[in-house]
Amino acid sequence: MNTAQQRAWLGSGAVFVAFIALWWTTSHAGWISRVFLPTPEATTESLREGLAAGGDLAAFALATTLRMLQGWLLASLAGIGLGALIGISPSARSYLQPTLEFVRPLPASALLPLAIAIFGLSPGMVLFVVAFGAMWPVLLATVHGFAAVEPRLVEVARCLQLGRSAFVWKLGLPNALPDILAGMRLSMTVSLIVSVVGEMIASQAGLGQAILLAARSFRASELFAGIVLLGVVGFASNALLALAERKLLKWQSP
Amino acid sequence: MLRVLRPWWFPAALLALFELYARTFAQGSDAIAPPSAALRAFIGAVSDGSLLNATAFTLASAALGLGLGAALGITLGTALGLSKRAAQLSVVSVEMLRPVPSVALIPLAMLVFGFGLRMEVAVVAFASFWPMLLLTQAAVAQVDSRLLEVGHVLGLSPLQRSWKIVLPACVPRLFVALRLGVAVSLVVAVTVEIAANPNGMGYAIMIAQQSLEPALMLAWLGWIGVVGFAVNAAALRLQRTVARRMGAVS
Repeated sequence: MNTAQQRAWLGSGAVFVAFIALWWTTSHAGWISRVFLPTPEATTESLREGLAAGGDLAAFALATTLRMLQGWLLASLAGIGLGALIGISPSARSYLQPTLEFVRPLPASALLPLAIAIFGLSPGMVLFVVAFGAMWPVLLATVHGFAAVEPRLVEVARCLQLGRSAFVWKLGLPNALPDILAGMRLSMTVSLIVSVVGEMIASQAGLGQAILLAARSFRASELFAGIVLLGVVGFASNALLALAERKLLKWQSP
Repeated sequence: MLRVLRPWWFPAALLALFELYARTFAQGSDAIAPPSAALRAFIGAVSDGSLLNATAFTLASAALGLGLGAALGITLGTALGLSKRAAQLSVVSVEMLRPVPSVALIPLAMLVFGFGLRMEVAVVAFASFWPMLLLTQAAVAQVDSRLLEVGHVLGLSPLQRSWKIVLPACVPRLFVALRLGVAVSLVVAVTVEIAANPNGMGYAIMIAQQSLEPALMLAWLGWIGVVGFAVNAAALRLQRTVARRMGAVS
């Protein structure tokens, strides 16, 4: 890292600190009632208490993260599998893709009532909705990736008399990988959002339930601590995926 | 002729299977109902006006939230796109705040605004602000630098430059951002209603489930799907029209 870059990072870090200072001033001067906006100290205090041994925030954060990861993994497996099945055959695409495009804009959380009616208020129900909602970005990206395989490569595969499964493994999936990874990143965001909403509605232990309860009992500092933790979970998952994406796609740009 | 019908085979088969299952194995169930009953419930909701009311509320709060988020996002995004230094200074703050899931703000908005239009607008605005900010910043940063130089030579003030040169140059890309914002804002609006706000389509589907009316619940689910599809298709069409009018290549 050269000095110009270092200076840029320092500067932008300073801007962030300035925002925190603005928060501090606003809450201490009472410009916004502390019922809504706790002081930064109170928030860090709540965070420290909740994350210390015996606090429950750490357990909640872990529960939410696990739910998000499980849902995301299920969604990715199902999305890539189904996407490859649909994407490999042009006729399957022409029959199924319009339906898929119709379901895509449907908010995943709108399925919660249906899932509650069928499965009841259980952790499995939330996981199902998380996985179902997060599957669409991966599924549609995989279908698109398979549909966009260079026609000449398809001809080469035909000349080499590659079987269907060999075509999927050797040409289809590697070609669709950038699309799939982009879809998986989007699906991680969806997983986190749907996990939180599911926890709020179905009262499953997790950060979603914790912040809703904190807000209902006017404990603003705990609410903010929960929001901060959710931000950390979102930031960490996104950063890790971006890193993995760079590693996995290195072969594409030599 | 058969080709035109192709997209319809799969959903038709699915609906027929569902109808059959609901009428035989799941008869009298509190959880699911046959699609024909859902259609009747839908007609009922249309005729008693609840459908129109709830849809109008959801669409209005999504639109207001998007308007607010887009106004802030485009303004700030233009500033960050024009000045490289400002963009560098904002990196840490943007990267720290952006990953906060929008639904995490539902309890906060509830605390500040109570239930109603304002809380929903606030959450939708937060959710749509980030994609608008980042896409606007990228769009502005890609404006041909020669155009900006022309602005300098003509002695335009920064405000005139962004209004007369930058904005027209990135309108097609802004509409791409807007299309994304439309998709985000509708999803978030329905989600807010399902999670907390007792108004709109999300609440209607939630209450239909809680009062054990599976037909009405499925009717709402289908209607939310139709509205989402229509709104997204309209946004896509708008984006393409603008792109064509502005003579964009992509």
